[in-house]
Amino acid sequence: MIATLVFYMFAIFCIGSGVMVVTSRNPVHSVLFLILAFFNAGGLFVLAGAEFLAMLLVIVYVGAVAVLFMFVVMMLDVTVAEMKQGFLNYLPIGLLVVVIFIGEMLASASVWHMAPEAAANIQAKTPGVDVMSNTSALAELLYTRYVYLFQAAGLVLLVAMIGAIVLTHRKRKDSKKQVISRQLARDAKEAVVLKKVETGRGI
Amino acid sequence: MVELWDAYLWPLIWIVIKILVIVVPVLVAVAYLTYMERKVIGSMHLRRGPNVVGPFGLLQPFADGVKLFLKETVIPSSANRAVFLIAPMLTFFLALIAWAVIPFGEGLVLADINVGVLYLFAISSLGVYGIVMAGWASNSKYAFLGALRSAAQMVSYEVSMGFVIITVLLCVGSLNLTAIVEAQRGMWFVIPLLPMAVVFFISTLAETNRHPFDLAEAEAELVAGFNVEYSAMTFALFFLGEYANMILMCGMTTILFLGGWLPPLDIAPFNLIPGPIWFFIKIVMLLFIFIWVRASFPRYRYDQLMRLGWKVFLPMSLAGVVIVSAVLVMFDLLPNVPAVTG
Repeated sequence: MIATLVFYMFAIFCIGSGVMVVTSRNPVHSVLFLILAFFNAGGLFVLAGAEFLAMLLVIVYVGAVAVLFMFVVMMLDVTVAEMKQGFLNYLPIGLLVVVIFIGEMLASASVWHMAPEAAANIQAKTPGVDVMSNTSALAELLYTRYVYLFQAAGLVLLVAMIGAIVLTHRKRKDSKKQVISRQLARDAKEAVVLKKVETGRGI
Repeated sequence: MVELWDAYLWPLIWIVIKILVIVVPVLVAVAYLTYMERKVIGSMHLRRGPNVVGPFGLLQPFADGVKLFLKETVIPSSANRAVFLIAPMLTFFLALIAWAVIPFGEGLVLADINVGVLYLFAISSLGVYGIVMAGWASNSKYAFLGALRSAAQMVSYEVSMGFVIITVLLCVGSLNLTAIVEAQRGMWFVIPLLPMAVVFFISTLAETNRHPFDLAEAEAELVAGFNVEYSAMTFALFFLGEYANMILMCGMTTILFLGGWLPPLDIAPFNLIPGPIWFFIKIVMLLFIFIWVRASFPRYRYDQLMRLGWKVFLPMSLAGVVIVSAVLVMFDLLPNVPAVTG
């Protein structure tokens, strides 16, 4: 009974904060609600017995991605009035996109067939929780059967990272940089000069 | 009625009691950590430190607490009220909930979960929100700058901390904290993984915004950084949260590298002392180093801090992961992954 109650609590908070993300007037509040939504999704994962995924969700999305979101949103001076300005102009296009998406989803849902291999994969169960913890079970699958997909995903992420760096990197001429090796190579002889100062004249 | 009591009420009361047994000593430890810090830094500076309130100044932390409690909580008129008040509560709350998975001795743990290390890592990575929210909600430029610095700093050092934790996990074969301590029965991980332990310790200094990485509250340039607009209890919550985090991070280092509650040698005079006392001694030793560092080193410049995180620690810890796994595979030392955990 308690599990059910907790499930509904997490679910309601998750949906509620999701709604608040798109409706709140202040973008920083939106990000904070987004974080709350992630948290409750993590709670749902724990209830489903997937503790590893729950922790990953919190570490990756809340601990890293949302921090950067917040970082950017805090720096932007977004006023809601400005954001609302073009609302009516873009409304028809937005509605069109919504209609197309819903139509496509309905069309594909009506003729949905699961591939026989996928169905077989679902049938081939992983060992139960009493035999193996779900972290090890995940690893057993990920590093054996899906190892090529796993490596491919890694490569895609690597390319994305390099792409982002290449696109945004620029050499700045005006910034002063500390070259540690040059600094360490200095010694007292060339760094310090003793000057004899004549009285009344200075240097 | 009896059924309700047995099934729900008594477990609830029992868990609340267990939580209090952990939280109250943590808060007392925080109070005396501030005392220890002032005394230790005092003697390093050839001063006396607090010595007026109570014998040897032992009641000083409580005097400070009462002072903060009785002061007026000022909320700046242009602050974002709700976020401004949530930020210190969040910091304090996060600093306390992490203690749920810390094993104090053999079997002495509130929640012995399978993914204990990940839980600790997740909670410590959330600490940045308290600071960022405080900085933004205060609507003050000093607070905002402090928050920005702190956010970038904590995110950077978390990366290398994660890799260091992976090297430890490779040697253990489990994410459970109790299993990690048990795996160190033969030898503490600080010996084979010494460079990783050093990287981890320095990263914890950065993660808790302590000297020499306390750029979030650099008092010389940012007045007090993210908490400049806070007063009375709201400030006290930040303070408590920060110090509880310090103790937590030392606890984490102890569990990962210094063998948790295990005695240094499993022979007569050492293994007679109970485990929680060893755990306490190790944490106090690490806290002393935290304070020692504060008294000894000047503050890093911001670009140097980033350089250290990204250009020194990250390659080092990445190389650590590769080397440790290579050695483990080559000499066939990989721990047998237990079929049943927890």
